[in-house]
Amino acid sequence: MEAKLRGHAHKYGKNVDTDVIIPGKYCNIIDPVELGKHALEGLDPEYTGRMHSGDIIVADTNFGCGSSREVAPIAIKGSGTSAVIAKSFARIFYRNALNIGLPIFESAEAVDGIASGDEIELEPETGIIRNITKGQTYRAAEFPPFMRSLIDAGGLVPYVEKRLAEHPSST
Amino acid sequence: MGMTLTEKILARHCGLERVEPGQIINAKVDLVLANELSAAVAIKVMRGIAGAKQVFDPSRIALVADHFVPAKDAQSASLAKLMKDFAIEQRIEHFFDVGRGGIEHVVLPEEGLVAPGELIVGGDSHTCTYGAFGAFATGMGSTDIAAAFVLGEVWLKVPASIKLVYEGKPGPMVYAKDIMLRTVGELGIDGATYRAIEYHGSTVDELSITGRITMANMAIEAGAKNGIFHADAKTIAYVEERTDRPFVVERADPDAAYERAIKIDIGNMEPQIACPHTPDNVHPISEVTREDIPVDQVFIGSCTNGYIEDLRVVASLLEGKRIASNLRVIVNPGSQKVWMQAAQEGILTTLAAAGCAVNTPGCGACFGGHMGTLGDGERAISTTNRNYVGRMGSPKAEIYLASPATCAASALTGRITDPRVASYVEA
Repeated sequence: MEAKLRGHAHKYGKNVDTDVIIPGKYCNIIDPVELGKHALEGLDPEYTGRMHSGDIIVADTNFGCGSSREVAPIAIKGSGTSAVIAKSFARIFYRNALNIGLPIFESAEAVDGIASGDEIELEPETGIIRNITKGQTYRAAEFPPFMRSLIDAGGLVPYVEKRLAEHPSST
Repeated sequence: MGMTLTEKILARHCGLERVEPGQIINAKVDLVLANELSAAVAIKVMRGIAGAKQVFDPSRIALVADHFVPAKDAQSASLAKLMKDFAIEQRIEHFFDVGRGGIEHVVLPEEGLVAPGELIVGGDSHTCTYGAFGAFATGMGSTDIAAAFVLGEVWLKVPASIKLVYEGKPGPMVYAKDIMLRTVGELGIDGATYRAIEYHGSTVDELSITGRITMANMAIEAGAKNGIFHADAKTIAYVEERTDRPFVVERADPDAAYERAIKIDIGNMEPQIACPHTPDNVHPISEVTREDIPVDQVFIGSCTNGYIEDLRVVASLLEGKRIASNLRVIVNPGSQKVWMQAAQEGILTTLAAAGCAVNTPGCGACFGGHMGTLGDGERAISTTNRNYVGRMGSPKAEIYLASPATCAASALTGRITDPRVASYVEA
């Protein structure tokens, strides 16, 4: 599991959809760093110029709604953003973020407490969110046990490898 | 307590007597779908899985080149080539290149690759379309698709179901698209997140297969995991015309547990329209046309409304007329088969004579990829499914979502127009 993450918050509203996270015209790019140059371009074209590596996206409900494009969390990660905190995530984005190793935290309390520019420290392992600027601590919703075991196994790919090793005849 | 239609299908695919909402299951898949964008990333992921040399079953994978084809540029061409090379290497039976397929969700049912009771996952959020046939179908990202390519299984959380009951006969110029826009408006874009939508009621029983496709297609616009109809005689006839594969028609139990049930009366409903910039910003057309809203582009097509039935509606309104001046109308039949059928019926000629540009099938315009991208300050009315900021190109463009009839009426006037008002301006 990753160590602590630290960066400044960039706060957005609800329903940040995949079309603004990575506009369709960039969906023929595979390279994470190239994708990262366009992260959030449809919502905040200055984001990638303004943010520093390690910074954190904070948003309201239903983050990542819309398309199934896995390049959405890949672009966020590729931009150097270390994590996303939201009140809730859209279903496909949630799976994709965990599958590609973008740390996500669900916490209404944190989203309400954090302002743009606040310095935030995150503990992916425990879900503890510290607002250094305001001296507040919040706690993210725990992952369901199955998700936790996938995360602890290192993601879906190691999980598939384990399954293949158990049943080599299936390939 | 009984099970919903979604629960029944999931239970059978994981070998359990029953499943309950919230339960995590490993389910066998009947078909895994990807397009050249989701496949490219999935193939890259699969290459990195130790021990994964072959797909689980080359006859249960469908690969469709549809997003950036015919290739927009060299980069897009390389993604399509990556998928084609993979299809050849893995002996994928159902590989559809340009000229042989079209939009994935239009192609798969046409080719008999979707049947009632099946479980389908796809690297595209509109995979939920196949719920029109009584299948459980849901969209996923590329890493999940790579895992499904290899294992032939996916892990799923069993969703709670929302029962939508539609009553009433649609009035003139009211179509499945209007019913579904109204539904998304009522539920909200996160109103069904993590949930299954189960469509019921006399209104949807009367709908054609295409109408059900339009409605199942947009379940994701309310955040749903899947949207599903019960298969009936119409469904079975459609599927049996296209495949000999045996299938099991499941039904929800009479005492199934739904998280909630919502009644939607279609009887007095007007045509509906989703205004910028979310698909749930839905209003009756008469409210919207109180203002004069000129448009720069009309788009007809997509996995929502790119079917022959849709093109027939558009052609019937444009027959013998010309589209408004200072307007472009782009028509994109959903598949090669739809294109050919439209050609045979004279629809393509009717549309071209009216001043429409008729494209080859593909997803390009709908997601702002190519072949119909909007510029700064432009406004479009479109039969597609999403109108988020920047969806069809410039973040400074506006998109209104409506039925093919409303879009065709607007094509004649150059402004958003109620299709029930017959006095179209002839340019």
